[in-house]
Amino acid sequence: MKNKLSLLSIPYVIWMALFVVVPILIMVAYAFSTQDSGATLENFSQMGTYASVFLRSFRLALVATLICLLIGYPVSYWIAREGAAFQRAAMALIMLPMWMNFLLRTYSWMSILENNGLLNQFFRSIGLIGLYNQIAVQFAADPAQYVPITGFQMTGTSGAVVLGMVYNYLPFMILPIYSVIVKLDGSLIEAARDLGADSASVFRKVILPLSLPGVLSGVTMVFVPSVSTFAISRLLGGGTQMMLGDLIEQQFLGGAYNPHLGAAISMVMMVIVVVCMVVMNHFGEGEEQAVLL
Amino acid sequence: MSKELIRLRNLCMAYDDELVLDHLNLYINDQEFLTLLGPSGCGKTTTLRIIGGFATPTSGDVLFDGVRMNDVPPHRRQINTVFQKYALFPHLNVFENIAFGLRMQRRPDPQDPRRKLKLPETEIRARVEEMLEVISLKGFENRRPDALSGGQQQRVAIARALVNRPKVLLLDEPLGALDLKLRKDMQIELKRIQQQVGITFIYVTHDQEEALSMSDTIVVMDKGTIQQIGTPEDIYNEPKNAFVADFIGESNIIDGIMVQDHLVQMYGRQFPCLDSGFAPGEPVDVVIRPEDIDIVPVEQGQLTGTVTSVTFKGLQYDIIVDFRGFKWLIQTTDHSPVDARIGIKLDPDSIHIMKKSQYSGMFGDYSSFSEEYEELDEVGEESGDEE
Repeated sequence: MKNKLSLLSIPYVIWMALFVVVPILIMVAYAFSTQDSGATLENFSQMGTYASVFLRSFRLALVATLICLLIGYPVSYWIAREGAAFQRAAMALIMLPMWMNFLLRTYSWMSILENNGLLNQFFRSIGLIGLYNQIAVQFAADPAQYVPITGFQMTGTSGAVVLGMVYNYLPFMILPIYSVIVKLDGSLIEAARDLGADSASVFRKVILPLSLPGVLSGVTMVFVPSVSTFAISRLLGGGTQMMLGDLIEQQFLGGAYNPHLGAAISMVMMVIVVVCMVVMNHFGEGEEQAVLL
Repeated sequence: MSKELIRLRNLCMAYDDELVLDHLNLYINDQEFLTLLGPSGCGKTTTLRIIGGFATPTSGDVLFDGVRMNDVPPHRRQINTVFQKYALFPHLNVFENIAFGLRMQRRPDPQDPRRKLKLPETEIRARVEEMLEVISLKGFENRRPDALSGGQQQRVAIARALVNRPKVLLLDEPLGALDLKLRKDMQIELKRIQQQVGITFIYVTHDQEEALSMSDTIVVMDKGTIQQIGTPEDIYNEPKNAFVADFIGESNIIDGIMVQDHLVQMYGRQFPCLDSGFAPGEPVDVVIRPEDIDIVPVEQGQLTGTVTSVTFKGLQYDIIVDFRGFKWLIQTTDHSPVDARIGIKLDPDSIHIMKKSQYSGMFGDYSSFSEEYEELDEVGEESGDEE
């Protein structure tokens, strides 16, 4: 019986081998070779040039993950404690944007944030831009030379990139945390209260440690796509906030065509991410959640 | 022993217009082992949750040492609870589980009474180790709860509550999840611990045998009201109505008429008994315990009947005897074959008279004997998910 069932897994194993293992091997082969020569470390020796891109990617992804956590945890906690009907409605609302195309969502943020976008139009209509110009002209070195702004510069900043990442990946933080908290045994909370814990202590000593597995998988599910994102940084960062995803994309599709270098950058990024996850997993004392996946 | 500690006054509890507790009045003495006994949904767990502070009564008062406690949250009551499924903290080891309550405690700084201090680590360690001794789990400090057996988890849950030196320990069907053998051991263990620490235990169960073997006082509940309060002996020997007689042990309950004091009529025949205080001619319920019935040859019997089934129980035979259409359970060490005619003799002290109640006619007939046994088994299995 068991053997017959395991036969069913063969197509999947072949699929995995063809489309997961083989591509990784190809990537490794590319990374350790160049157009002209095989088996070389040349690609990796160039890595120092891109240190700033690496740093920016990890910094922005970290900030976005942190913000997602700070928003996502309280939201999950709040939803999980409400009634079942409310929980269903709230979950549907959180999932809803994910059913829309990713690029579409990011483009709409562009039209909100750009210089003549919705937000700046709003600021103008309430006179905020005018007020800013009046104040700025007082402080300008040469008031005669002062060029009034027509809107705040929001696209093309790292803030806009982080905003895009938080907006796109927040559901991935909320879902795992919510599902851990909602399954939390209510009698554990009663037991803690019974043993003299006030609300703050109940949260700190029982709810928080028991929801840690959800936090870990949420952090992973936000951090990994954030660090390798490319469309968000290009669209909202306006080309000034190049991240690893953009850099890699350039090597394969862009003007700087060099798949060998692109493969090497991908590999370095992958190794750093895996190391981060292993360290974090260790932090969570091997909780059952498979953070690596 | 007889100092009053807790009083429940006119306690009512309603969920969505359904009355779960109906004007409950009860007082509980210091150092008493009191059991709330009743079937699922009788209100016993609700009563316990109100005492523990996890539920607020719709009306009525909870007094603790004479002080009204209705609105005091659980963490400010000198009461600890052993929960039905133990509710041990899965992320903490045995030591930290037991130490949890102590780590929550604050006491005023002797130098500066406005400041509150944590308990010193040495005291926590000493008290936890003392509790590990009491529950004989020394050496298990670093185990996680999921690496313990059910009985061990049970004992950790008890230690976790007792280490805080509460005045009252609440136990909500604590033995429900254990197997029969372990349950018997834990009954003895619990009684020993209660006597050793000398505090009040309030114990909730639907298992009458558990209640009888451990309690100083049993409170039998049904439909949100107290049916009877008394010592295990009182409850067993002098049940107040057909519900109590049926719920505690096995009972044959027969319609009778009180002829005069010390004389009751059933099956058209008069039997001497020890009960008095009924009006002459008053209809009553007559309780006869299956083990109190003597089987005699037909010609010497006060009543004669036909054996319809025999079950060997090890210590005795359970036989069902048909007396003119009403089936009795008789427990006897003598074998009587099916279809045999037998006679029975009832001593005056084996007959117990009860006033008629809302429960009359609902219990005490063994026509559907085997089904009833199955029901009992089911109750035992589903003990975990009550209320």
